Amino acid sequence: MIEYFNEMFDGDQVRAPYSALDGWTREMPADFRAMKQAEAEAMFRRIGITFAVYGEGGDPDRLIPFDMFPRVFTQMEWRKLERGIKQRARALNAFLLDVYGRGEIVRAGRIPARLVYQNDAYERSVTGFVPPRGIYSHIVGIDLVRTGRDQFYVLEDNCRTPSGVSYMLENREIMMRMFPQLFRENRIEPVEGYPEALRRTLASVAPAKCNGDPTIAILTPGHFNSAYYEHSFLADLMGVDLVEGADLFVEGGFCWMRTTEGPQKLDVIYRRLDDAYLDPLCFRPDSMLGVPGLMDVYRSGGVSICSAPGAGVADDKAIYTFVPEMIRFYLGEEPLLENVPTWQCAKPDELKYVLEKLGDLVVKEVHGSGGYGMLVGPKSTKEQIEIFRHKIMEDPDNYIAQPTLALSTTPTFVEEGVAPRHVDLRPYCLVGDKIELVPGGLTRVALTEGSLVVNSSQGGGVKDTWVLAE
Amino acid sequence: MILTVDHVTTYSYDSPMGSSVQSLRLFPSRFSGQREIEWQVAVEGGIRGGEFRDGAGDKVESWSIRPPIEEVVVTVRGKIETTDTAGVLRGHRELVHPMAYLRETTATWIDDGLAKLASEAVADCTELLDCAHRLSAAVAEAISYEPGTTDAHTTAAEALAQGKGVCQDHAHALIAVARAHDLPARYVSGYLFATEDGAPHEAAHAWTEIWIEGIGWIGFDAANSCCPDDRYIRLGSGLDAHEAAPIRGITQGGSEERLDVTVALEQVQQ
Repeated sequence: MIEYFNEMFDGDQVRAPYSALDGWTREMPADFRAMKQAEAEAMFRRIGITFAVYGEGGDPDRLIPFDMFPRVFTQMEWRKLERGIKQRARALNAFLLDVYGRGEIVRAGRIPARLVYQNDAYERSVTGFVPPRGIYSHIVGIDLVRTGRDQFYVLEDNCRTPSGVSYMLENREIMMRMFPQLFRENRIEPVEGYPEALRRTLASVAPAKCNGDPTIAILTPGHFNSAYYEHSFLADLMGVDLVEGADLFVEGGFCWMRTTEGPQKLDVIYRRLDDAYLDPLCFRPDSMLGVPGLMDVYRSGGVSICSAPGAGVADDKAIYTFVPEMIRFYLGEEPLLENVPTWQCAKPDELKYVLEKLGDLVVKEVHGSGGYGMLVGPKSTKEQIEIFRHKIMEDPDNYIAQPTLALSTTPTFVEEGVAPRHVDLRPYCLVGDKIELVPGGLTRVALTEGSLVVNSSQGGGVKDTWVLAE
Repeated sequence: MILTVDHVTTYSYDSPMGSSVQSLRLFPSRFSGQREIEWQVAVEGGIRGGEFRDGAGDKVESWSIRPPIEEVVVTVRGKIETTDTAGVLRGHRELVHPMAYLRETTATWIDDGLAKLASEAVADCTELLDCAHRLSAAVAEAISYEPGTTDAHTTAAEALAQGKGVCQDHAHALIAVARAHDLPARYVSGYLFATEDGAPHEAAHAWTEIWIEGIGWIGFDAANSCCPDDRYIRLGSGLDAHEAAPIRGITQGGSEERLDVTVALEQVQQ
């Protein structure tokens, strides 16, 4: 029997960070709770926040269930996490700068050359180009799980365009509107500074050719994209333009935005568009979403693109294994956050182990996401395991395996009252002239009893995440 | 050898088109086999954009043209001194790791035919440089030079299957068979000065470079069964012809595009 760390209860004792919430739920009448839940849902519908979290697929118009029971961290817990996350964000950026430069980490034999340079996400066209301040990943989303009082693991890094931050902001907003007294009675660190911090971060990486206040815009693939709501939400809160490829053009070494008052020079693009679609002249020639010539302007220093094209090579699942090594190599520090032990099925001895222990492990596709195409050994039938065994043996390079993690639980409102459900956490780390992390993040919760899969496409919901002030 | 280049590319359209953006890789590479004396690239009526030298050492310059556009005319006029380096790309500054050139593309996709050619060509070969020479010879043998039998989108596999093609097809096929042996390989675009005896052809030319550990990048021109010498002018490289294209452009509009290219290379007598 696996022991799961319960973030609220230590036996029958309520852990300190949750003490205020204990009384709150106890005193809450069932009909009041139902009313509030309906109210929350109505608010989410009204604001139109219905998209799926990054890469999860699924029905874009489906509302992700919101759970009103907040997830709470103490200031001490958070500070520790914050140091670990910032350390990781620094190392990932140092890695990107290095592998698009001289590749010292490869020369030193710390990461196999093949994993880097033959990686599909390695973008040869930006080799040798140093983006402003040497930063490639300006918004690093780091997915964490907790397995004990002081034990956290990094599940994966997201260096391209991690989404879901609008949930962090909206969850808080809605909780504050519904339960103002909770926010009067508890000292909760604010998260609403995120859009301004993001704007500052983007402004700090304006290209050298920009003099004066940089003009920033968010480049979206368009309204059919599942995260379009987030794109327009962030543009609104930052007070910047939301543009599509067709709104932009290049001329004279700069990127221009068509406006009613004529073309306006654009200095920083926060793109929510994959590399492959950014510029049909440089990448996919059939892309209708990008801006022809944009990469030439970028590489000649006329505009900044955030995250930098090519950043994806740092968050590949095969590279993930080497992040602790990056931290040691570039920062000369020991990693503060642990990686989940990972077996590469591409290695014959590790494959052998994985096939022997299939029933105990979680197996994932190297390039998969969203909880699809994965096997959770302990939660699967013999038949499912055998089907997966064949899939792995047919294409071992495509799979990695990890132990089944005992994800912590937090109290969650369910049909019968309040019950523990498993959660993860995605904080958003901003990297510009400084490295910042708003105190909070997106907590995803597996609403199905016993489920360890928090992805919204697989029955996951979201919660407000509190960091208590001292 | 001192060579002059006069290269004019004209895209013309039946009806006026919208704006156009061009990304040009029309500048001679800097390495010990080439010394630029003068070199000018221009797009008629265009606005010069940014320029940079990329990680592969190629200089790129971008241009844009405002609408309406009836034709896009790109001209290259230059004079360059070349020396024979026996195909070795010596003194070329670049940062891209050779292993980044092991990636397959549609044009260089290896099929059974290419795989067979690759393994038979080097059946009893242990020395890498020798392997590369044999692969080049095998490609030259398997694909005969016949203009008009392939087009810009023909893949290496298709060219081999029909046994005919032009320099682009030879280059793609050699890239495919080299990569099959884990030898990094890339497509090079440039010019070739046609000698009086008429042997070499295609003044606008393309060949292959193969990475040989311990030596570096070495050019192989399977189309002419030789390594590039002082008759060759190297411009830029890429994973395949599409990536290495000297001119990449997008012109907005629905009109049919006609392409007209003239390339004249002359030797300056000293």
